[in-house]
Amino acid sequence: MRPVYVAGVGLHPFGRFAERSLTALGADAVRAALADAGVGRGGFQAAFCGTVYGGVAAGHKVLTALGLSGVAIVNVEAGCASGGAALALGAAQVASGRHECVLVLGLEKMPRGIIRSSFFEPWREEAGLAATPAYFALRAQRLMRESEVRAEDLARVSATNHRHGVANPDAMYRKALSVDEILASPVVCEPLRLLMLCAPNEGAAAVVLSARPAAVRVAAAALRSHHAGSVLGEHTPLSGLADDGVPTPTEMAAADAYAEAGVGPADLDVVELQDTDAARQILSAEELGLCAKRGGGRWVRDGGGEMGSDLPVNPSGGLLSKGEPLGASALGQIVELTRQLRGAAGPRQVPGARVALAHTVGRGARSCVIVPTR
Amino acid sequence: MAAARPITGGLFVVDEEGPRLVAARCAACGKPHFPAGPVCPYCGADGTVETRVGPAARLWLYTAVLSRPPGYRGEVPYGFGVVELAGGLRVIARLTEARMERLAPGLAMRLVIEPLFTDDDGTPVLSYAFRPEEA
Repeated sequence: MRPVYVAGVGLHPFGRFAERSLTALGADAVRAALADAGVGRGGFQAAFCGTVYGGVAAGHKVLTALGLSGVAIVNVEAGCASGGAALALGAAQVASGRHECVLVLGLEKMPRGIIRSSFFEPWREEAGLAATPAYFALRAQRLMRESEVRAEDLARVSATNHRHGVANPDAMYRKALSVDEILASPVVCEPLRLLMLCAPNEGAAAVVLSARPAAVRVAAAALRSHHAGSVLGEHTPLSGLADDGVPTPTEMAAADAYAEAGVGPADLDVVELQDTDAARQILSAEELGLCAKRGGGRWVRDGGGEMGSDLPVNPSGGLLSKGEPLGASALGQIVELTRQLRGAAGPRQVPGARVALAHTVGRGARSCVIVPTR
Repeated sequence: MAAARPITGGLFVVDEEGPRLVAARCAACGKPHFPAGPVCPYCGADGTVETRVGPAARLWLYTAVLSRPPGYRGEVPYGFGVVELAGGLRVIARLTEARMERLAPGLAMRLVIEPLFTDDDGTPVLSYAFRPEEA
C-alpha cells in the first residue's frame, strides 16, 4: 500500500441556511477543496459522499451541478461517522493504486428538533424508545456514577469547546459560555442540560486525497462497529453503554488506527473528537486513551483538552459550538486538522502540530478514527 | 370498544407468573437477548431458546423524557431507563415514574403491560414498562 496525502480541503460553514439547498452547500465545499488542491475536472477518478439525511444520489447531484460527474460516485451512510467512512473508503482507493486522486465530501441539512431516525423500528418510536437525548443521558449518568464525573465537569467541557469556537468563523455558535450559564440552562434529560448538547444543523466539507506527496498525510483511517454486549443485550446498538470487558467501537477503531499509523496517544499534538454531548467528549477521551479509563473527570478538572494544555481537543470548538451536520462532521474535523498541520489555523493554531487524530462515533455504534500527520 | 392489541407481536406475554418479556437464550453460548431472535447476537450461532423474564427487575440507569420524541404516542413526561432482569439481561424500557427523586440505582422494579395509547379506531394499544416495586 502506498501513502495517501491530503491535497486539498474545503468547508461550507456549519449553521442554518434556509435559503440554500443541500446541493449548494456541498458544491461550495467541493469547489473550495478542489481549488485548494489545484485539481480540476478530470483530475479525480472517484468520489465518496457521506450523508445520512441527504436522500437519493446526494453526491451525484453536487457533482452534476458542477459539471464534474462521470466518475464513480458512491454515497456512504455511517451515522455520525459517515464522512469518516467516506474518507476511509476513498483513501483505500488511492493506497491500493486503483486511483491517483479521489474526492471525498460530506453534506447534511438536518431536520430541527430530536433527530428522527429509521434506525428505530416503528414500534420503538411509538413506545417512546426513540428518544435520542435520553440515550445520551443514560450514558452520562453511568459515566458520572462510575468515574466521579460531576455536573460541573460536563459544564466545563461545554464551556471549553464554546470558548474554542469563538475563534472559528465556520462555527454556528461563536459565543463564550460560563460554567454557571451552562448549569443554569434547562434540563433536557437529567443529567444533561440544553447547553451540554450539540445542535443538529447544516453544513458541508470536502477533502481531496491524492497519491502525490503533500504536507499532510493520512497515516491511518480505521472503521469499526460494535460487538454485542458493547451496548445492551438487545438489538439496539448504542455506543457508550458497554458490558465490562467488551471493547467499544471507538476503542477498536483507535487500536486499529494507532497500529496502522505507528503512533500512540502520547504522540498526538491535536485531537478533534466526538462531542455530541459533554459526557461524550469525556468518554471519547477515555476510549481514545487521552486520559486514564474512568479518569475523565480528573482530566477535565486538570484542564485536559483545553487550548494551551499538553493536548488540545476540539480546537475548532467541536460539535458543541459548530453544531452537527451528520455527514459533514467528520470531514469538518479533517479540514480543521489539515489547517492545524499546515500551520494555517490562525488564532486557534496549536503550535508545532505534527500528529493529529479525528474521531467520530454514532448511531449503530460505528466509529471512525483517522490519523493525519505532517 | 375493540379488544386491546400489543404494540407489536412477540415482545411480551402474561403467564402464571405475571407479565413477562419474551427473550431468548443462545443454545451455544448461553447468553440472553431481547427481543427474541433466531440467531444469537453475541456468538452468531443459530438456534436460540425462548425464555421468559420478569416481572422482577432492578433499575440500572434512568432519566426522564420531558418533550415528545418523534413517533411517540404516549404521555409526557415519562421515565426512561435500563433495567436488569434475571440472567443478567439488560433492556431499555419506558418507566412509569418520571420523577427522578423517586428513582435510584438498584431500585426493585416490576414489569407492567398496560395501554399506552388508543388507535384511531379506538383499539387500546398495549406496551411494556417498569414501575418501582413500592408504587
